[in-house]
This record gives sequence, structure tokens and C-alpha cells, in this order.
Amino acid sequence: MLRTIKNLSTDTRYRWEITFRVITAIFGGYLLTITSGILLAYALPMGKSDAVTTAMLSSFAIYAGAAMWIFSQRSFRKALAGIWIPAIIFTALITLLKLMGVTP
Amino acid sequence: MKNGFRQSMSWLHTWGGLSVGWILYFVFLTGTLGYFDTEIDRWMKPEVPAETANIEQSISVAKQRLDEKAQGAERWFISPPGNRDTPNLRIFWQMPEQADGKPGARGNESLDAKTGELLSGRATGGGQTLYRMHYSLHYIPANISYWVVGICSMFMLIAIITGVVIHKKIFKDIFTFRSQKGQRSWLDMHNLLSVSALPFHFMITYSGLIFFLTTYMSLIIAGTYGFGREAQETFFDEFFAETDTLDASGTPANLAELSAMFTIAEAQWGKGQVRYLEINHPGDSNARVIIARQMDSPLRSSPELVFNGVTGELLNSKSASTTVPHTVYDTFLGLHEGLFANIGLRWLYFFSGLLGTAMIATGMILWSVKRRPAQLKKVDGPDFGYRLVESLNLGTIVGLPIAVAAYFWANRLLPVDLENRAQWEIHSMFIVWLMCLLSPLLRPIQKGWHELLWLAAAIYCLLPVVNALTTDRHLINSIKESDWIFAGMDLTFIAVGLLFAFAASRLQQRVKQEATTPVRHKKNQVNEAY
Repeated sequence: MLRTIKNLSTDTRYRWEITFRVITAIFGGYLLTITSGILLAYALPMGKSDAVTTAMLSSFAIYAGAAMWIFSQRSFRKALAGIWIPAIIFTALITLLKLMGVTP
Repeated sequence: MKNGFRQSMSWLHTWGGLSVGWILYFVFLTGTLGYFDTEIDRWMKPEVPAETANIEQSISVAKQRLDEKAQGAERWFISPPGNRDTPNLRIFWQMPEQADGKPGARGNESLDAKTGELLSGRATGGGQTLYRMHYSLHYIPANISYWVVGICSMFMLIAIITGVVIHKKIFKDIFTFRSQKGQRSWLDMHNLLSVSALPFHFMITYSGLIFFLTTYMSLIIAGTYGFGREAQETFFDEFFAETDTLDASGTPANLAELSAMFTIAEAQWGKGQVRYLEINHPGDSNARVIIARQMDSPLRSSPELVFNGVTGELLNSKSASTTVPHTVYDTFLGLHEGLFANIGLRWLYFFSGLLGTAMIATGMILWSVKRRPAQLKKVDGPDFGYRLVESLNLGTIVGLPIAVAAYFWANRLLPVDLENRAQWEIHSMFIVWLMCLLSPLLRPIQKGWHELLWLAAAIYCLLPVVNALTTDRHLINSIKESDWIFAGMDLTFIAVGLLFAFAASRLQQRVKQEATTPVRHKKNQVNEAY
């Protein structure tokens, strides 16, 4: 997909890049927000419901930050990778914690 | 993406803001009106007189009615009249859970505190319906609306942060306004409106998201407590830790005199400080009476007194404080609702909300003003997208306030015995809005701005006249009786009407100027990030 985008004319390429950045910002950003929120709830040294609440309260700031970061990056690949890769790693990490039976 | 950080953030600000601007404008405008929801409620039921009964009398009336309607209930609520939130006596009841696990029946009534009769008056949506629209929209299922509004609020949050980031001299902007300079003036105005109430804009957006925290971020709960309803309930139980959950004993016992407990509460807090009485298991030997104090701070949980409902003995007083995250949560919600605000602060809330609404409007106008010169030069006329934005701008920025006025007109003019009257008030509002949105199809857009602005001026200025012709609570009467709710509504309508008239006449001047000095406009082209 990325290769195909490269061969397009500058104008069309720009449009596709924008589309993918927007999709990454909305869905990738959301996945990153949720997963980092869950890990935050695991990590915070407080009662479970308080930790979850704190994670949820900060989630919108994380989401906004992630979305802005995507558009601030000049490199298209870096912008996509910078969101999707940590989001996937966090998801794997949470799955691992669940499989090991660790609870927050 | 673009060349510099500031440019890319400016791109995000412009396009993110534009794509949801119209919904945000609707949310901000109806939400702002919500700060005067009860006042609007009262204006829309002009035949209901102001309550004059004293509180002891209203409590005994309420108790009598609850005895009739809701024997064996799990919970009663009595909100005595005289507060801003409950100008009239209100009761609420909840019956116990049924044998098959279904929730028990519930009901609520507004009563005349002297006679105990149901409050009558025309069927109306009141201010509550307007206020509810800012988060649950209308004609769309509520759970979809919450997500629509949530996504738009997220865009708003990003627009606010990027808006701050792209400014080199945010402080200077407060003191900068260059009038009569076309695009430059719109930019200055947008900055002025944004910066002057920036803390409000940020607070209202972030706290708006927090209201639906457990909806938008339910996956965080799922990831820690597990999926499904039961896991969610566990979280809620832990989060809203209820301290006093005594079950009914099943042994009947008479409820102690409520007014005695009320007197104790007033002695502790002062007159008029009781917000509501909550009676758990009335008529049972385990009855508890909880009296809550008025909210005087953004902390949502107010101090409470708990009484034994049979002996009337004061058991404990619970003050409002919990864990830090819970307090942060409550404070955000409390700040958003502004229930604690006295009249001065309430007006400040209202004006801040209007500044936010105007901020959104000027942002959208700026988008189209900036692109107008290039679009007008196009051989086959302006693009479809540009014309769409222009039309939506006119139809929403001026059209929505006209539609709100139509809602008030409908309240006075629709026949009292009309079926589904309250719904028709709302339909009137949306029909008028739709007509405004479609008006650019019939009229050239520049003329459209004049005409709709003048129409808005007229429709608001005439509201007090319609009120005077259809009720006996006209402005002069209201002022004579110092009924500041009715007088305030009428005067506000006139003020809003004059504001629209001012905008209309300024626009006319400007168009005349442009026609006589066409060069002027070119000199003021701004090549900033926008």
C-alpha cells in the first residue's frame, strides 16, 4: 500500500496521506489511548477503581496528544508507525498480563 | 506533514474545526441556554404563578401526596420549592425491585405546595428540552448522539490546544482588535473571543467529555474489570461507594415528623439551605431520612445529614469528600453544570458560553472569508465545497438563533389543546432552522446574510410583544411586580435582537464601503498560518 502511494502524483499522494493520517489519528489514536489507559491503571499505585478513574480522566489528553503528534510529523511512515506500533505492543502486553493472570 | 510544526498544527486547527464546527455551534448555543434552563422553563409556563408556600407547608403536602401515590416505596424524594432549580415543589418516588428482578415503577410530580394539586399549565418542552439537546441532540437515539457529541468534543479539544500552540503572542491578542479590516478583523475577533475565555473553553470541553467518561472509555473498564455488564457494575459500585445501604426490615413503623428533621438541618446550615429530602424505606422500621444541603461549590456531592426515620434521631453528618480522582471527577462535572453558581456567576457562565459560541462562528466565517477572493476569481464560479460551507455557515450561525426564537414563539402561539404540543414546539424550531439552511438556494449569499440578520433582530425584538399579547405577564407588569425571571427573559430577548440589528447594520455599511473602495480589501490580505 505504501509503495503504491509513492508512485502516485504529488497531489493524489498528498490526499491519500492525509486520509491515512486521519484514520490513524481516529482509530490508532483511540487504540493507543485505551491500551495506555489500561496499562496506566495497572501501574498506578492506588486502589483499583481510583486507578481506573485516573486513567480514564487523563485519556482525553492522551488522545488529543496522539492526534496532534500524527499531524506534526513530516515523515508519513514515521507518523503511522509512531502510533500503530506502540498501540500493538501495548495490546500484546495487556494480553500477556491477562494470560499470566495479573490483575490491576 | 507541512513544513513546520506551527503550519501543521494550523492545518489541523482549520480543518478539524471546520469539519465539526456546525455541530459544535449547536452544542455550545443550546448548552449555553441551559445555564438558564429553569428560568426558561418558567417563562414557557406563564400561567403557573410563583410559589409562595413556606417550606414546612410544602413538606407536609408532599408527604401526604407520597402517602397516597407511593405507599411501600423504596425511596421518596422531596425537593422543596424556592430554589433556583426547583421553583415549585417536586416529588419523586421509586418502588422496590419486582420479584422477577425488573426495576420498580418510578414517578415524579410537580405540585402546588399550598393545595397539593398537580401543577397544570400548557404542555411545553421548556428550557430542559433545549438544555438536553446539547448532549443528546434530537430525533436521533440518545446513545448515538452521545458518541456524535463526544467525537465533536474531541475535535474541539484538539482545536483549542492547536489554537493555543499556533499563537506566537497569545497574551497580546487579548488587546488586539483592528476593526473594519476584512479578514484581519475576523481573525482578531476570533482570537479575542478565544483567548479571553480560554480557561472556560478548555474546562467546558474537557468536562463535557468526562460526563460520558464511562461510555467513551468503557474499554478501559473492560480491560481492567472485564467485559460485560456485571464487571461494569462492580466498577460503579466501587467508584460510587455507597455508605449507607440499609435494607428494609419488613416491619412496618410510622415515619417520624419530617419537619422536625428539617428544622435541625436549617439550624445547622441556615435558612433556605436544604436542597432535598430523601426518604429511604418510608413506613419501614429501617427508614432513613437524608437531608442534603444546597451546593455552594463546584464539588458535586454536597454535605448531608442522616436521620433515623422512625425516631427522628440525627445519626451522622456526611461531608462531601472522597478520594482524589473522585474529587477531580466531581469538580469537573460540577464546574460544567454550574449548579452552585449564584446569579452573578450564572451570567458569567452564560456570557462565557456565548463567547464560545461566537468563537466557533467567527472561526467558520474566517475560513470562508479567507478563501473568498480566490474562489470569486474562478472561471466557472466557486467550488461546490466552498458554497456548501458558506450556506451552512449562514443557515447555522444566524439560522439556529432564529430557530431558537421560533421555539419561544411556538410556545406562545400554538393552541393550548394541540395534541403533542410540546413536540410541535420542537418541530417548529427545526423546521425554521431547515428553512434557514435552505434559504441560500433561493437568495444570493450576501443578501442572505442581511436578510437573515434583520429577521433575527425582528424575531427577537418582537418576542416581548408576542408575550404581552398572549399572556398577562408582559414586561411592564413583570417589572412592576419585580418578577425578574419574566422581566429578565423579555429584556434579554430585546438585547439579543438589538445585537443582531447592530450586526446587520454593520454588514450593510461594510458592503457599501467595499462597493465604493474596492482596492482597500486587497491591502489587508493576511498571509499568516490560516
